[in-house]
Amino acid sequence: MSVVLENGRRQFDYWATVYKRTWKGSLVSSFLLPLLYLAAMGIGLGSFVDDNGTGALGGISYLQFIAPGLLAATALQIAVGESTYPVMGGIKWQKFYFSMIATPLRPADVMYGQLAFVAFRVLTTCTVFLVVIALFDGLATPWGLFGLPVALLVGMAASAPVCAVATRLENDSGFAMIFRFGVVPAFLFSGAFFPVSQLPNWIEWLAYLSPLWHGVELSRDLSLGTVDPLAALGNLAYLAAWFVVGTWFAVRGLTRRLIS
Amino acid sequence: MATLTARVLPLPVRFGNGRHLVERNFLVYRRSWIVFVSGFFEPVFYLLSIGVGVAQLVGDFTLADGTAIGYAAFVAPAMLASSAMNGAIFDSTYNIFFRMKYARLYDSMLATPLRPWDVATGEVTWALLRGACYSAMFIVVMLLLGLVESWWTLLALPAAILIGYAFAGAGMAMTTFMRSWQDFEFVQLATMPMFLFSATFYPIETYPGAIRWLVEITPLYQGVALERALTTGTVSWTLLINALYLVAMGTAGMYVASRRLGKLLLK
Repeated sequence: MSVVLENGRRQFDYWATVYKRTWKGSLVSSFLLPLLYLAAMGIGLGSFVDDNGTGALGGISYLQFIAPGLLAATALQIAVGESTYPVMGGIKWQKFYFSMIATPLRPADVMYGQLAFVAFRVLTTCTVFLVVIALFDGLATPWGLFGLPVALLVGMAASAPVCAVATRLENDSGFAMIFRFGVVPAFLFSGAFFPVSQLPNWIEWLAYLSPLWHGVELSRDLSLGTVDPLAALGNLAYLAAWFVVGTWFAVRGLTRRLIS
Repeated sequence: MATLTARVLPLPVRFGNGRHLVERNFLVYRRSWIVFVSGFFEPVFYLLSIGVGVAQLVGDFTLADGTAIGYAAFVAPAMLASSAMNGAIFDSTYNIFFRMKYARLYDSMLATPLRPWDVATGEVTWALLRGACYSAMFIVVMLLLGLVESWWTLLALPAAILIGYAFAGAGMAMTTFMRSWQDFEFVQLATMPMFLFSATFYPIETYPGAIRWLVEITPLYQGVALERALTTGTVSWTLLINALYLVAMGTAGMYVASRRLGKLLLK
């Protein structure tokens, strides 16, 4: 245990230094974008949805409908972003992963460090976003604040498998595909903007497969105070499974790539 | 085949040697055609999600002239305009910055009879050709989903190319002032708010006075107004003003870009 902690401390130092230098570059994409979406969709378009009658949404405003969904979706986007180019950079371009394992760190520690940094990015971004949502009256009940741990779990469930893929890719053109056919459709069709029951049947089932849908459901049910314990446990277990299995593959992939 | 395509393309006045650059890009992209093809899906995903999914929550919209249209038909032309903007901006900023600073492509090109103007026209023509492919496919999807209300839609493709021209010119001019990748944050800072607020998702009349005026002077709003009038058939003479705005923006951008390229690279 103490070895793990010690290795973790060494990693923390590295990531803190990196982020101190690069945080400004992430301001627009991680803080401003979700806020703009909240304003354009939740408030602007929301006024038309609300005028049209809120029956389909169960009597809440459109802003309160999309806010928990947008929170989970933001976590997904940040997490995937931090698990693609940075991981490949560590292996291929700046090769800092190789320097790391020249110390007492093992490839597994390097991967845990990477994941911990992703968790840090997701948590900080989502905390700020959640505060703004609360100020705009986007939370139907204070329980919506529990959207934060859910967002963290969504982020990790997305980050670990993407890291696993990134450790196996030879060049970055695969990332364009992950964003175009993974992140964007997940963002648009996971129930953040409209109930997935409106989708054609077979796409509805694809939406259920996406970790984001489970996160959106959990986060929204918490905010609206409509949690069904059994369904919530199912959602949690599904997200945890993505994280655990993804981490296992990521550690394996990185070990093979760094030690061969 | 590539050579042939590049040679039989209609060439604008003074286009001259820019076609060599188009030919070069064509050859390069033949190797990553999947990336090229996948670019088409993003606007279609947005159209399906917002135009079809959210549409069921919104109901019909009434246009300024009193006709009521479904929400999908209202949003689709805006997605067309936005994707023309995004494609042109991506091609003329990230790609050009990489070619200029890292691949040092233009240094080698200017060592041949190519002049900066040829580089500018060549890159913009390439961006427009690529954008025209995406826009044409998008219009076909609109047709298939029954979101086209008028024969004026025939002009939607030229209008999309015009939007591409405006943003490719401006994007390239901006790129010549960029110092590092960090500066690209400003590109997103300009395009994302335009995408979300240029009367893309709801009518311009929603905004109060001063904000409405602010939205109306943005270039994407010009494009959205143009495309929406064409595909819904609510055409009027004011569209010429929108078109002229875009022509002026693109031309000014091209002029600045070629001047700056000359300054940066021919020292």
